[in-house]
Amino acid sequence: MRSVIVIFLLLTGMAYMTWFERRVIGRLQVRLGPNRVGVGGLLQPLADALKLFFKEDIRPSRADWLLFPLAPAISLFAALAAFAVIPFGPSVNVAGVALPGAVAGLSVGLLYLLGVSSLGVYGLVLGGWASGSKYSLMGGLRAAAQVVSYELILGLALVSVALVSGTLSLGGIVDGQANRLPFVVLQPLAFVLYLVAAVAETNRAPFDLPEADTELVAGYHTEYGGMRFAMFFIAEYINVITVAALAATVFFAGWSGPVLPGPHWLFIKMLVFLFLFVWLRATLPRLRYDQLMRLCWSVLLPLALINLLATAVAVAVLG
Amino acid sequence: MANDLTALLKGFWTTLKHAARPAVTLNYPEEKKPLAVNFRGRHRLYRHENGLERCIGCELCAGACPSQAILVEPAENDPHAPVSPGERYAQRYEINMIRCIFCGFCEEACPVDAIKLGQEYELADYDRASFVYTKEMLLEPEKYAPKRQLHLDVDQARPAYTSGGKALGELYGTYHPMGSSAPERAAGEPVSGDEALHERMATRGEDALPPGAEG
Repeated sequence: MRSVIVIFLLLTGMAYMTWFERRVIGRLQVRLGPNRVGVGGLLQPLADALKLFFKEDIRPSRADWLLFPLAPAISLFAALAAFAVIPFGPSVNVAGVALPGAVAGLSVGLLYLLGVSSLGVYGLVLGGWASGSKYSLMGGLRAAAQVVSYELILGLALVSVALVSGTLSLGGIVDGQANRLPFVVLQPLAFVLYLVAAVAETNRAPFDLPEADTELVAGYHTEYGGMRFAMFFIAEYINVITVAALAATVFFAGWSGPVLPGPHWLFIKMLVFLFLFVWLRATLPRLRYDQLMRLCWSVLLPLALINLLATAVAVAVLG
Repeated sequence: MANDLTALLKGFWTTLKHAARPAVTLNYPEEKKPLAVNFRGRHRLYRHENGLERCIGCELCAGACPSQAILVEPAENDPHAPVSPGERYAQRYEINMIRCIFCGFCEEACPVDAIKLGQEYELADYDRASFVYTKEMLLEPEKYAPKRQLHLDVDQARPAYTSGGKALGELYGTYHPMGSSAPERAAGEPVSGDEALHERMATRGEDALPPGAEG
């Protein structure tokens, strides 16, 4: 039941993330942005969804019959599943049973999240390969290389935090920060690394090389249309939301905060990160492929390793 | 490294700064950009105050037209019931708006200021035949120009054009398409088309917008 609610919230949230992004980026580019459908364009996501629903389902003749329709489903599934461990509030006792504040209060929530979200890359690679088009294939390959590289950084940044908090459970990580210092103060470098890696993981500007409309038409989803395309699109935006929620949870104490109940605080903190993602897209041009790889392997990875080592030593010495 | 980072922050500050500016785009069909007085839109044919058509059927506009969009079929005026002040008038005057490139050469070529490009630009239509504008359509923009877009103020603005120190309105009388409520001429003598033609020949090529007339 809770998972149904969360999936519904995610899909709605994703739809309004597109609206939010288009309006904000419009303002940042001195434009108005979509404001026609409904008050302030609020019904625009609905109109877009309706349009995508009624689009013709096109399958290229050289596409793989099984993997082509499967790939977007994998992406969407991974994106939806990953959000399950994000805690919305403290765990509550209902009739003697302790209910966690998330859909699934796993004790290894962080590990689960990293694992499931990296499943999503299968969707991109398979989609790129199964389309039978060179642009799709190149987009898929880029996606694979990029996501695999930046997953390292993401993982190492989060491991540093896990070392400090002493738990892999996201609920536990929030408890470790509640009424104390948020981990962003203890792990500023890990936070920056996480942020950069998160943008790269979600294939968003300036790391949107797998899509790279100017070079690759649309990258791995070039051949996709209608709802199949929409599934990739939804997956991307849900990933953005998940990543923002994870940043809020791990580095800014998630749902905990004064006065307002848990979900509100989580929402406010997420909104800040979502704005940051849009702001990034409005500001920075896309990196070149070699720049992307150099940034990951020769700048971020050493930094992440040093940070991890320093954290490990500090934890061992201090307590 | 430090330079790179400041450049990065500068970029972020720039985009954020721009968010505070008013949008440069408009809510188009409701809001429209103000047009210049000499904007070149849908053509109009003008009449003299006494109701005679200014056009004398000389075909100079058709000759000047780079896309051959204008068709003029002149005919002799009946001296008892003239259509225009000259010897001849345009029996047929058509502009093919699909061909027209709105360069304004017709307006420049016209010796009697019979044709001017107006302000209307929303000229889309559903079939090709309806893009051939007839003389009647060009003479009566109130009736035939796109409804939401008729700018009668352009006729008030036109007299601000000057020629040799005099406002064109002074020289030729206020331009107004038939039926518009342009102010009556103060001086009693009606200017005939021929007189206007001579005067126009004398002062040709000196049309200029006075400063501040830009609307």
